[in-house]
Amino acid sequence: MWNYTDKVYEHFKNPRNVGEIPNPDATGEVGSLSCGDALKLTLRIDKATDRIVEAKFKTFGCASAIASSSVLTEMIIGLTLDEAAKITNQQIADALGGLPGKKMHCSVMGMEALEAAIADYRGEKGGKRVVSGAERVVCKCFGVTEAVILKAIKVNGLKTVEQVADFTKAGGGCGQCKGEIEKILKDYWANAENKKFADMTVVEKIKVIEKILAEKVNPLLKRDGGWIELVDVQGMNVKMRFLGMCSGCASSAVTLKTVVEKELRENIDPAIEVENA
Amino acid sequence: MEKQHIYYFDNNATSRVAEEVAREMEPFFHDLYANPSSMHFFGGSLQIYLDTARQRVADLLGARPEEIIFTSCGTESDSTAIYSALRSQPGKKHFITTQVEHPAVLTVAKNLEKQGYRVTRLPVDAEGRLNLDDLKQAITADTALVSMMWANNETGVVFPVEEAARIAHSRGVLFHTDAVQAAGKIPINLSETRIDMLSVSGHKLHAPKGIGVLYVRKGTPFTPFLIGGHQEDGRRAGTENVPYIVGLGKAAELARKHIELENTQVRELRDRLEAGLTAAVPGTKVNGRGAERLPNTLSICFEYIEGESILLMLSEKGICASSGSACTSGSLEPSHVLRAMKVPQTYAHGSIRLSLSIYNTREEVDYVIKEFPAIVEKLRAISPFADGKPLFGAGDGHHH
Repeated sequence: MWNYTDKVYEHFKNPRNVGEIPNPDATGEVGSLSCGDALKLTLRIDKATDRIVEAKFKTFGCASAIASSSVLTEMIIGLTLDEAAKITNQQIADALGGLPGKKMHCSVMGMEALEAAIADYRGEKGGKRVVSGAERVVCKCFGVTEAVILKAIKVNGLKTVEQVADFTKAGGGCGQCKGEIEKILKDYWANAENKKFADMTVVEKIKVIEKILAEKVNPLLKRDGGWIELVDVQGMNVKMRFLGMCSGCASSAVTLKTVVEKELRENIDPAIEVENA
Repeated sequence: MEKQHIYYFDNNATSRVAEEVAREMEPFFHDLYANPSSMHFFGGSLQIYLDTARQRVADLLGARPEEIIFTSCGTESDSTAIYSALRSQPGKKHFITTQVEHPAVLTVAKNLEKQGYRVTRLPVDAEGRLNLDDLKQAITADTALVSMMWANNETGVVFPVEEAARIAHSRGVLFHTDAVQAAGKIPINLSETRIDMLSVSGHKLHAPKGIGVLYVRKGTPFTPFLIGGHQEDGRRAGTENVPYIVGLGKAAELARKHIELENTQVRELRDRLEAGLTAAVPGTKVNGRGAERLPNTLSICFEYIEGESILLMLSEKGICASSGSACTSGSLEPSHVLRAMKVPQTYAHGSIRLSLSIYNTREEVDYVIKEFPAIVEKLRAISPFADGKPLFGAGDGHHH
C-alpha cells in the first residue's frame, strides 16, 4: 500500500474542477492512455488581466495523478500566467503534503500540462507538447534558451560544449554556464528518445511514437476529421487504430502505410512496421 | 464505532487462517513448545504431530510423506527446487520456464542468466495458454530443468503441467511446478504424474504465512538450499517450525475436504461475479476467459481507467482486490502476465484481480457487483479518454 498523505486521499476522493471547459482559451495535454497516465488541462483566461479565471482537468491515472491534477487547478485559479508559469512540480507535491518518490512523476505531469497550456495560449505551437523549463535562459551573456541549445544539439548532433558555443554562441561569453551546457548535453544523450528504437523499453517506445503522432500525423488526419491512436507495441511492430472519420474509411489502409508508417520510419527507425489493430 | 465489514476478494494474495487451523496450532506455542530434535521426553513427544502434518499434506497432494519437505514459504520452495536441479546436474546449462511465472521463479531465471545459464521463457497466447509444442522444441540435451507454474496467480489460467512433465521426463529433463495457487483449489494427485518437484505455500490455503512445502519425488537427485542441520532428513536445515507445520497439516486436511466446494460453490460465486460485472459495466475484458481457469480467480480489465484508482475506490467501500497495473507496483510497465498475453497497454493499466475463497458469500459478491458501476463511472468521468471514443464492442469500426 502506498503511503499517501490524507491530502492526496482527500483530493482523490473529492477532486476539484473536474471536466473540460468548452472553447477554452488554453489547453495543455500530456501523457497518453498507453503510458498509463494522461492529463488534459483547460483554462479560461481573462485577457485584460492575464489571469486564470477558470481551470478544469481530466486525468487518467492513479490516485496521485488525479490528486496532483486536482490540487494544481486549485493552485492556479486567480494567478496571472506569469505567476502560474513559475509553479514547479515540487510545489504541486508539497501542496499535497508530499508524494512517494516513485509517484513524483505525477506532479511533473501537472507541471508539464500547465506549461503546455500556457504555451498554447501564448501561441507557441499546439497545446499537445511537453515543455520542461525549456524557455529558461541558460547563457545570460547572449540570452540563449535551453530550447535553442537542445534544438541545436538535436539537429546537428552536437557532442561537446565547444560545438554548442559554435552553433548557438551559448557559453561563448563569460563561460559561467558551461557546466550547465555540459549537463544538458549529458542528459540529452542519456535520454531515451535519442536511443535506438530497438533498445528502448516499451514505455519509451510509446513515448516517441506518441510524440510523432501528435506532431506529424494527427494534425494531418484531423483535417479530414479523423485521428489515429497507438494500441500496442511489440518489438518493431506497432499496432494502431483509426478513429473519427478515419475509422472505416476506404483509404485508411493506404494512409497507414504512406503517412503513418512513413513518418515513424523517417523520424524514429526505418525498420518499424505499422499495422491495424 | 461499528466495525467495517471486510469484503475480501484477494485470496490469491493471501487467505484467512481457518479457525480450525488456528485452534490446532495454539497448544504448540505455550504447552508443546519443545524442539523436536531434543533428547528428552518433551522433544520426543512432538514427533507424532510432525508425522501427522506430513501425512496430511502428502494426502492433499497424492504423495508419500517422505516426499514432503517443510520450508518457510513458496518462494523458498521455488528457489530450492531450481537450484537443487541445477546443482545436481552441473554439466547442464539450460533452464526452461514460462513468460508468466511468479517473480519467485523469474527473478531466479534472470540471476541464472548472469551466471552463464541459457534460459528459455515459453510464450503464451492471448488467452494465457501455453503451446506444448514450444516446450518440445525448447528441450535440448543441455536442458537441466523445466519449471512451469500449475496455475497463474493473476489470471488463474491453468497450465497442462501433467502433460508437460511427461514430455520433460521422456527427454530426461527434471520438472518442477509452482503449485502455490493450484494447491487446495484444484485436485492434485502427484502419484499419477511425472512431476519431480512441486511448491506449495501455506498462506494461500488458509494456513498462516511463513510455512511452505517442497515436494520432491522419491529418487529425484536433490541438493539442499539451507544447510546446517539434519532436519527434514538433511534436506532442509533449521529447527522445525512446529506450530506452523501443524497448522499447515490441518489446512491441508481441510483443503482436501473442501476441494469439492472450491469447484462448485466458489466457482459459482466467481462466475456470478464475472457475469454480474461484465453485465453491469460496459467496456470490460475478462483475461483468460477462453482458457481453463482456477475456480476462484477473476482478472478483468476496465477500459480507459487505471487500476490503482479503482483499487482505492473499492477500498473505500471495504472491498479488497488486486491490480496488475503499473502504478500499484511503482514500475512503469504493467503486469508481465498481461503483457505476455499481448493485452494492449491501452487497457492493461486498468486490470483488477478478484480472487475468492470458500469464506466468500453470495451477499458479498452481490455487494461488489452493486458498488462497481458507480466507481467505474466516477473514474471514467474524470478520464480524458472515456468520452467520444468507442468502448469495447460498442461502436468499434462504426463509421460516423
